[in-house]
Amino acid sequence: MKLKTFPAGIHPPDNKHWSAHLPVEDCSLPQELVVPLSQHIGAPAEVCVEKGDRVGKGQVVGNAKGFVSVPVHASTSGEVIAVEPRLHPTGRALPSVVISADGEDAWSEDLREADPDRLSPDEVRDRIRAAGIVGMGGATFPAHVKLSPPGEKPIDTLILNGVECEPYLTSDHRVMLEETEKVLEGAAILQRLLGAERICIGIEANKPDAIEVMEKACVDRDIEVVPLKVKYPQGAERQLILAITGREVPSGALPMEVGCVVQNVGTAAAIVDAVRHGRPLIERVATVTGTAVRQPKNLRVRIGTSLAHLTEQCGGLAKEPAKIIMGGPMMGQTQLSLEVPVVRGTSGLLLFAEGDVPLRPEGPCIRCGQCVRACPARIMPTTISAYARLDLYDEAEEFGALDCIECGCCTYVCPSTISLVQGIRTAKGAIMAKKRKL
Amino acid sequence: MDKQLYLSSSPHIHSGQTTDRVMLDVFLSLLPAAGVSVYFFGWPALKVLLLCIFGSIAAEALCQKAMKHPVSVRDGSAAVTGILLALNLPPSSPWWLPLVGVLAAIVIAKQIYGGLGYNPFNPALVARVVLLISFPVHMTAWTTPTPLGSGLDAVSTATPLGEWKTAVMLTGKLPEAAQSGYADYFIGNMSGSLGEMSALALLIGAAYLFWRRILTWHIPVTFLGSVIILTGVFWLVEPGRYPSPLFHMLTGGLILGVFYMATDMVTSPITVKGALIFGLGCGVITVLIRLFGGYPEGVSFAILLMNAATPLIDHYTKPKKFGFVPEKA
Repeated sequence: MKLKTFPAGIHPPDNKHWSAHLPVEDCSLPQELVVPLSQHIGAPAEVCVEKGDRVGKGQVVGNAKGFVSVPVHASTSGEVIAVEPRLHPTGRALPSVVISADGEDAWSEDLREADPDRLSPDEVRDRIRAAGIVGMGGATFPAHVKLSPPGEKPIDTLILNGVECEPYLTSDHRVMLEETEKVLEGAAILQRLLGAERICIGIEANKPDAIEVMEKACVDRDIEVVPLKVKYPQGAERQLILAITGREVPSGALPMEVGCVVQNVGTAAAIVDAVRHGRPLIERVATVTGTAVRQPKNLRVRIGTSLAHLTEQCGGLAKEPAKIIMGGPMMGQTQLSLEVPVVRGTSGLLLFAEGDVPLRPEGPCIRCGQCVRACPARIMPTTISAYARLDLYDEAEEFGALDCIECGCCTYVCPSTISLVQGIRTAKGAIMAKKRKL
Repeated sequence: MDKQLYLSSSPHIHSGQTTDRVMLDVFLSLLPAAGVSVYFFGWPALKVLLLCIFGSIAAEALCQKAMKHPVSVRDGSAAVTGILLALNLPPSSPWWLPLVGVLAAIVIAKQIYGGLGYNPFNPALVARVVLLISFPVHMTAWTTPTPLGSGLDAVSTATPLGEWKTAVMLTGKLPEAAQSGYADYFIGNMSGSLGEMSALALLIGAAYLFWRRILTWHIPVTFLGSVIILTGVFWLVEPGRYPSPLFHMLTGGLILGVFYMATDMVTSPITVKGALIFGLGCGVITVLIRLFGGYPEGVSFAILLMNAATPLIDHYTKPKKFGFVPEKA
């Protein structure tokens, strides 16, 4: 059978063999947890606890502010020892709630179980939002926003994203293998909420065990497992919708425009906890890997755990790390130190030793066109990047800078190691800033 | 952790393909053809090759020193220009001809425009055309091949393409030789410039470049395809006057042009659609010049003309951005 996919893209070595076969382990509870108030796209939560307060596990410590925002919760029971700016994965110090664990790890008494079948769609949405569910593939877009399509935009297809196209990462893979039923229950809840006729699970062919397990589990359910050709960035929302349904989300519009909603498989599992048990998103599965870590692992880890603690759980450092990356190697963010906490979007921690970091000076563009052929957004990265360097942002916009999904394929393939996507990001920032001013 | 950590914007991995490696591969792919020319023409061919390659490297370095730019000859692009230029020259070239060519290619066509990546025209072809127009006698003093160890003396002669053109102009008929001798043409046993010699050696190099994923099919297929189809039509209509497509493919600089000159990344379009148009344009112009122009060979002029059109082609073949395709009803 011919596997489905999208046009363009790249084939980086997937390096998943370090951790793909390892069952998820529970990461031990650290003494101190740093819970940032901003862990999602949208307005940061507003803190509602003070230093000295006792909090239960799952208790709200910050309330959502506005529609595109979600509350944040205490990841364990204990005492709030500080509300102050702490180093955040974005590289800045941002307001965070620091909790000293009391070791009891007792759930807050406010949490209420419910039967998903008896809840109204609005109640389901409210529980998802109250639990702070965001897109767990890394984008951290609040889930309830995607699940609130206006009436004139009917959703016919729900797509579960089990692609995990970032090299090295295996957390979604393990979730699909180990929490198959939970993922599918989450899908059922979402389907009812959206009224979608069709549910698809997109999984790349480099995870044959996950495809097999899902296919078996879907035998007597009305869910399609769609095996996909291995290609980066297939897990990008628009590329995945195109690969599975053949529909192209219009430029500047949302997937609901073409009747689709995409949720990560990890998000689907978290939604079950939220809707059925009322439990908020206080832990997630993250892959810790890379040549500088002694034993790569897939860990179930509490939000707010420091990366240093995660590294210790993996036998510590094997080599001096040269680059610390939160997320995958294609779109992850480099970190200033291991003191940074795990947040809701932390799909992995990648520790690169000196030899893994490509360091070459930029050369002139030789117009080989590889970036143009690799670009899934079908723009011309080298042209836009060249305009951006000359501060010609109007021209950069005309060539489609705003349609860039920042997947990094262009920089990956460039034989002159030109920082193409980085240049386009600069242009996007400048164009958006200008638009805000107008 | 006492060492400073690297901080950078994603992505954090790279394919490993580099410009230096691309240039090295192109250079390597041309060695079989260079070898064949040395085999058939001996020392004079070797002399042309060495003068062009080392002359180009030296000219690039001197130029960059003079302009106070970092010297970048290690990227290999000057060596590639050098070997390509050598393959465009006749083996009987006097010693100064390659050096004048180097001057035209490296100094005028490349460095003055800003060096690698900024030259609008293929440097080796600019040099070839400059020499062809300035020194037509030296540039068309062809000798018969005298394979190493054959003990034969080189004799002045015409290239198969030139022979055909002269015959057609004088008598309106194909000469005898243009209807046979394909096997000799294929391995390179004919008169011509160094790189017009062996289609076989050039194809081996091209296969290597395809395997290394440096060449894509777009320009070679459209260029060669349009030449074959167009010359085929004329040949079928009037076989007594026009030689077969096979003759056109195996003689002259077509194979060299198709796989190594037209596909020069810097001077060809970066868009996929643009590459198709570029290849087609090269093919059509080549055939027009070969069949109806004053020169027997049209490949260089065709490619240079299309080089000039490249910015325009790129402009009109911008890929359709994602999300702008009209929905099917």
